[in-house]
Amino acid sequence: MRSPSYVPKYGISRWLDSRLPFLRFTQEHVASYPTPRNLNIWYTFGAILSFCLIVQIVTGIVLAMHYTPDSRLAFDSVEHIMRDVNAGWLLRYLHSNGASMFFLAVYIHMFRGLYYGSHKAPREMIWILGVVLYVLMMATAFLGYTLPWGQMSFWGATVITNFFSAFDSLIPGLGTAIVTWLWGGFGVDNATLHRFFSLHYLLPFVIAGVVVLHIWALHVPGNNNPLGIDVKGPQDTVSFHPYYTVKDLFFLSCFVILYAYLVFFNPNLLGHPINYAPANPIQTPEDIVPEWYFLPFYAILRSIPNKLIGVLALFASLITLLFVSWLDTSRVRSARFRPVYKQFFWILVVDVIILGYVGSQPVDASLFNTPIPLVWLGRIGTLYYFLHFWVITPLVGLIETPKPLPDSIAKSVLATPAE
Amino acid sequence: MRTLPMKQALLTAAALGFLALPVAAQTDAAKAPAPAPSAAAPAPSADALPPKHVSWSFNGPFGTYDRAALQRGFQVYKEVCSACHSLSLVAIRNLADRGGPEFTEAQVAAIAAGYKVPADPDQQGKTVDASGKPLTRPGTPADYFPPPFANEKAARAAMNGALPPDLSLIIKAREGHEDYVYSILTSFGPPPANAKMAPGMNYNPMFPGRQIAMPPPLSNGSVTYADGTQNTVDQEARDVVTFLSWASEPKMEERKRTGFNVMIFLIGFTTLLYFSYRRVWHGQH
Repeated sequence: MRSPSYVPKYGISRWLDSRLPFLRFTQEHVASYPTPRNLNIWYTFGAILSFCLIVQIVTGIVLAMHYTPDSRLAFDSVEHIMRDVNAGWLLRYLHSNGASMFFLAVYIHMFRGLYYGSHKAPREMIWILGVVLYVLMMATAFLGYTLPWGQMSFWGATVITNFFSAFDSLIPGLGTAIVTWLWGGFGVDNATLHRFFSLHYLLPFVIAGVVVLHIWALHVPGNNNPLGIDVKGPQDTVSFHPYYTVKDLFFLSCFVILYAYLVFFNPNLLGHPINYAPANPIQTPEDIVPEWYFLPFYAILRSIPNKLIGVLALFASLITLLFVSWLDTSRVRSARFRPVYKQFFWILVVDVIILGYVGSQPVDASLFNTPIPLVWLGRIGTLYYFLHFWVITPLVGLIETPKPLPDSIAKSVLATPAE
Repeated sequence: MRTLPMKQALLTAAALGFLALPVAAQTDAAKAPAPAPSAAAPAPSADALPPKHVSWSFNGPFGTYDRAALQRGFQVYKEVCSACHSLSLVAIRNLADRGGPEFTEAQVAAIAAGYKVPADPDQQGKTVDASGKPLTRPGTPADYFPPPFANEKAARAAMNGALPPDLSLIIKAREGHEDYVYSILTSFGPPPANAKMAPGMNYNPMFPGRQIAMPPPLSNGSVTYADGTQNTVDQEARDVVTFLSWASEPKMEERKRTGFNVMIFLIGFTTLLYFSYRRVWHGQH
């Protein structure tokens, strides 16, 4: 890969360059960073995710100026934001819908990685850091959903923290001890809310730090691309600016239109009405349902009748992602040239959507109007999820005959090859 | 602190049951001391009917609250609902806010003066008068609507054990939203012959379990509208639901107005970015 050299033009930039080569860094890693010339729309979600993180941090910091993490005041302080703070409704709706948009973007980003083989050598580290980021996002979103201290906040926090009580069946008392430690008491209460607020404020900055590592790891081998073949020379790349700055901005702007539609015209579409009722520790809501972005994992959890194994399956479904780079045995990265893997990729997408649907329904629901319990669909979906990664992916890589790969990025995307 | 072990047991039991077995979760929920309505014995078909659909002035991306309906709805709230239901998150001053009922400042001051609110301690530090009653003063626009009951226990004692919910967020806090509350208000009737009604409960097919502790709040002529609007149950329900929708989402009009401008900007900006994108990439792929 060509490494564009930075030549300071002015006295002051020469002075700076020998002390803190900040301009050299931006020149080499942003402005003229060589990027494959064939990145498509699905590659703009990295920039979109950066935007989401910034929006969440900025709106979150301002919301924290008006929010009170006290169990007696939290609910009313959120309504104070909605009713009395200048543009408070805008900040809160940006933040709550921002979480959903963040997850929408991260799911597209992850599936894009799986489709084009971006998790495969030499990019395993990018993928692993990405999984870490995803888990951090899940933790942050869960903690944040607790803060309005509505019914679903309270009961969601109760259910999720109670995952750890499953360890009571391993060592009696262990799970309860962990849960009591997490709660800071003998129930989800004021101490819990205070620490959840503190951690909800902390984690986004941890995410920002890991994002730096994620991009650092990306800039060592450089971007993958839809063909999944290596960059062979300068003719295969364009500079990041202006080519990808403008492309990312255009698709980001389209993404923001959807975001703005939710914020301004349907701000509670993805929320639960019951979370507008204050937390009540002695009244359990009829159905405790997590936010949409957790539903597939929720279905995995509920598909197993034993609580400990259910919780372990949930953790395993995430830990599995850490191994995908090595479970994929194919030499070819992009699914474009992998006719069999491509089919299984789409089956996985459908499987995750089905799991999400199962997670959204009451646990005793049946499949449409049939007597088949939905939980069985969840069980098949769960089984398939693990089969996909641990059996199908390694086997397909071994038995599949990939299509011939193009010679170079430049040859396949340019009518007349440059230079 | 003494209640904590019991509380923990309830929380853990509910969460465990919910995680493992659906039946257990339901039993736990039923065991919890829920308000009378949801704990009532189920009638033969206890499933609530789907709410009726009403075309509201505030639906859709350009919908706004009907100003006259908001003012009439406030009258219904004040003269009927507020006997049992609080509206704790709404200040009297909000009645003059843009995008709300938009009463004039003078009207709001007069409305406020009609309420009695707890007064500060007097110069002697007393909080009660000679007869032991708490000191009160006339309300001001800065005050919040005073609640009908001193606390939850007083409310339950007066209401056959049921707790009338606060109405500040009732529209946003219920599935079906404004249609649901309208349906509840307009669907009281005599119970079917085979329905097993719990004592003191009222038949309402829109409510989960089909029986509700609240007696029919509205009747033809519950209020007399100054603007001559027909005071039918249907009209009163529409008006008060409009008012409560505003109480739930007082910044809706500002939100949609801002949203319209934001969308115009974003569509224009995105179009410009599209042409920039095409121009920058011309000949590159």
